[in-house]
Amino acid sequence: MVVRDELLPVRSSNDVVVVRQTVRARAIDIGFTLVDQTKIVTAASELARNALDHGGGGTARIEVLAEGARRGLRLTFEDQGKGIPDIELALRDGYTTGGGLGLGLSGARRLMNQFDLWSEPGKGTRVSVVRWR
Amino acid sequence: MDRIPILKMGEFLLVTIQVDMHDRLVLQLQSDLTERIARTNARGVLIDISALEMVDSFIGRTIANIAGMARVLDAQTVVTGMQPAVAITLVELGLTLSGVRTALNVERGMALLRALLDDAAPVVEGSRSASDDGDDGRQG
Repeated sequence: MVVRDELLPVRSSNDVVVVRQTVRARAIDIGFTLVDQTKIVTAASELARNALDHGGGGTARIEVLAEGARRGLRLTFEDQGKGIPDIELALRDGYTTGGGLGLGLSGARRLMNQFDLWSEPGKGTRVSVVRWR
Repeated sequence: MDRIPILKMGEFLLVTIQVDMHDRLVLQLQSDLTERIARTNARGVLIDISALEMVDSFIGRTIANIAGMARVLDAQTVVTGMQPAVAITLVELGLTLSGVRTALNVERGMALLRALLDDAAPVVEGSRSASDDGDDGRQG
């Protein structure tokens, strides 16, 4: 069940900072440890940058989840960019098309508990990650 | 446009990152620092990141780039004060900053820079060990 839902723009590198700060605030609300907060914020930063640099900008949805007593944070990044032609390749460590290190997607996946990626060439990309407390 | 201030102390340049940096600010710091090294003939650069609550792959890569560029310009770089949570996350992300010398705090970082310059030839490779034993951190 979603108990709180926020939608933020990802149109500039300043927006990426705002996404990081909002994610940090929600992670603190939920009571994540400092290490977990840092992992979640770092994953958010990687995915927000991807949406900006590869997807031409998009949105970040930040949802606080409740499942019984368990709480979690779901982050969904969506863009209408060129999409990812080969998802398996894109998830490989070190694979990059943007001149970076190629750790964005694969790293974010390692830092979170659940990772879902949808992409269609020419339509866009949506990445959703969850970390449970 | 915002800038991260760079302080000059003797032959060293000091940078304390106090804000959550957006990407352009990180790149600005990279070009400002390399320009200052060349202009001031600085021999060492200390970057304190103790206030940074997050280092992602972009910031990590730029820090490594700065260290590499400084080396080419004949200056040593030490990164100090990384928070444990940041270190844990960085390694899990897949970045080890293997080409970057680190120290636990500014004091040790300064001692390490001095030691690196004092005996530029047979320098201890593991950066942290260079300041672990002596009270002033110097070798020999």
